[in-house]
Amino acid sequence: MHPKTRERLIMTLVGWIAAGLIFFPIFWMVLTSFKPEVEAIATPPKLFFTPTLENYITVRERADYVHFALNSVIISVGATFLATVIAVPAAYAMAFFPGRKTKDLLLWMLSTKMMPAVGVLIPIYLLFRDIGAIDTRWGLIVVYTLMNLPIVVWMLYTFFKEVPKDILEAGRMDGAKPKQEVWMLLMPLSLPGIASTALLSIILCWNEAFWSLNLTTSAAAPLTTFIASFSAPEGLFWAKLSAASTIAIAPILVFGWMSQRQLVRGLTFGAVK
Amino acid sequence: MVGTTTTAPVPTTTAVVGRRSQRNVKTLPLIAPSVIVLFLWMIVPLAMTLWFSFQYYNLLDPSVGGFAGIENYTYLLTDPSLWTAMANTIFLVFWVLVITVGFGTLLAVLFDQDFYGRGVARLLAIAPFFVMPTVSALIWKNMLMHPVNGLFAFFSRSLGLPVIDFFGSLPLTSVIIIVAWQWLPFALLILLTAIQSLDGEQKEAARMDGAGPFAMFFFIILPHLGRAISVVIMIETIFLLSVFAEIYVTTSGGPGLASTNLAFLIYLRALREYDVGGASAAGVIAVILANIVAIFLVRSIAKNIAD
Repeated sequence: MHPKTRERLIMTLVGWIAAGLIFFPIFWMVLTSFKPEVEAIATPPKLFFTPTLENYITVRERADYVHFALNSVIISVGATFLATVIAVPAAYAMAFFPGRKTKDLLLWMLSTKMMPAVGVLIPIYLLFRDIGAIDTRWGLIVVYTLMNLPIVVWMLYTFFKEVPKDILEAGRMDGAKPKQEVWMLLMPLSLPGIASTALLSIILCWNEAFWSLNLTTSAAAPLTTFIASFSAPEGLFWAKLSAASTIAIAPILVFGWMSQRQLVRGLTFGAVK
Repeated sequence: MVGTTTTAPVPTTTAVVGRRSQRNVKTLPLIAPSVIVLFLWMIVPLAMTLWFSFQYYNLLDPSVGGFAGIENYTYLLTDPSLWTAMANTIFLVFWVLVITVGFGTLLAVLFDQDFYGRGVARLLAIAPFFVMPTVSALIWKNMLMHPVNGLFAFFSRSLGLPVIDFFGSLPLTSVIIIVAWQWLPFALLILLTAIQSLDGEQKEAARMDGAGPFAMFFFIILPHLGRAISVVIMIETIFLLSVFAEIYVTTSGGPGLASTNLAFLIYLRALREYDVGGASAAGVIAVILANIVAIFLVRSIAKNIAD
């Protein structure tokens, strides 16, 4: 065998073993979700079994699962939409009309992200209690919007900066007003950037657990809180827990895979290219 | 000298001013909404936390009240549970960093190689990052680390080794393993991106000069990764300082305080013991701790947007 080919085969083996080990817990969860409840906790663990959709049907039939999933969707999408609406004008202004203070402003926005949530849990909790925002969807939407706003501004800023200025200028020559310029030129040109920014924001909202565990109980609780309620030993049904978890992470896993390249930029605020 | 500095910049400034006035775009109303909401989001809770930290305030007992001076702080600082929580916090951050950066670097080098199905393998390897923390905590707790039915227990028994009761005897280590599993893909993703930005010609030149894989790693790749590693360390530190859901779901901070970190201690004080004053004082300490790290992070990012 050619040494190059052998090297490549060894690399393939090592690479797949590493990836398999890391992915294994997720694989095991998905596998368990297709087992009957008795076989899910069987020792020795069953690798071969007759797969069943029973757990998924049970989870779907329990109306409360749909309720929590709906909360997750509404809160993530709502917060992402709000953050984007607030961030687009700011990112546009900073990318195309930078002033002397623009850089400081961007860094200051980033610094609000450094504040640990635990440090401000109590005031937010008390404020929410007093205005009746505990366990409401809009309460969590507000928190998530503010939590993600710096990242959204940063990502949009870096995407807008890459839009060729000539095109916008040409539009201006043709008499485009600023509003038209943003709507008809900038938005379509940076649509991929806006989409991946929104995707990252949805992922972060969907998986957020600190605020959802502390600010919701049931009415507005998203999937993170719902899944955590399985941690009580008496409610332990592995197969059903696995099925519920699989549905909970599946959409976001796909989103994550789709946006993995832009993710690096978003998560490091452009510091690693 | 004087002449050139006074005359040269004038045309450019007028050009910029001219273009901007021509554009007639006022940036202030565009930026203001973001700045105002973020400012309120930052300053209001922070001011309240600071205020509460100097008050006697119990959610259950309205008769308790008034100015406490520094008593919340002195109580907190003399309470051994704060130091246990601090030590646990640092221990957790340190070991998760060691594991994720160490393995992350090795995996990044591995996934930089060309092999069959690399794209798919890579997707599998970054998957844990997208799993919500409550889900990953429950999978590990029940299906892998469970002392009776867990997979690890089964392997130990099959090999004739003693079964480890992970959450009973190694609570903090177990939390570290779960958190490290979640953050390993983050390190991998960032470091892989950094490796791929390495100049191909530079690698080729090193190979021509007879550099083996080890020399290549230590003299070319590792130095190139320096900044990416520092970014990974700082961003992870910010998030790891306030790990919460994994502890909440698996050990509830126990047994005793064995797996309670600063974030969980504040939660216990505020929402389990209803001691707002004491929890706020701990919150102030958490903010200070995070800010020390944040200063370095913001500085390194500031350098990167210098252009």
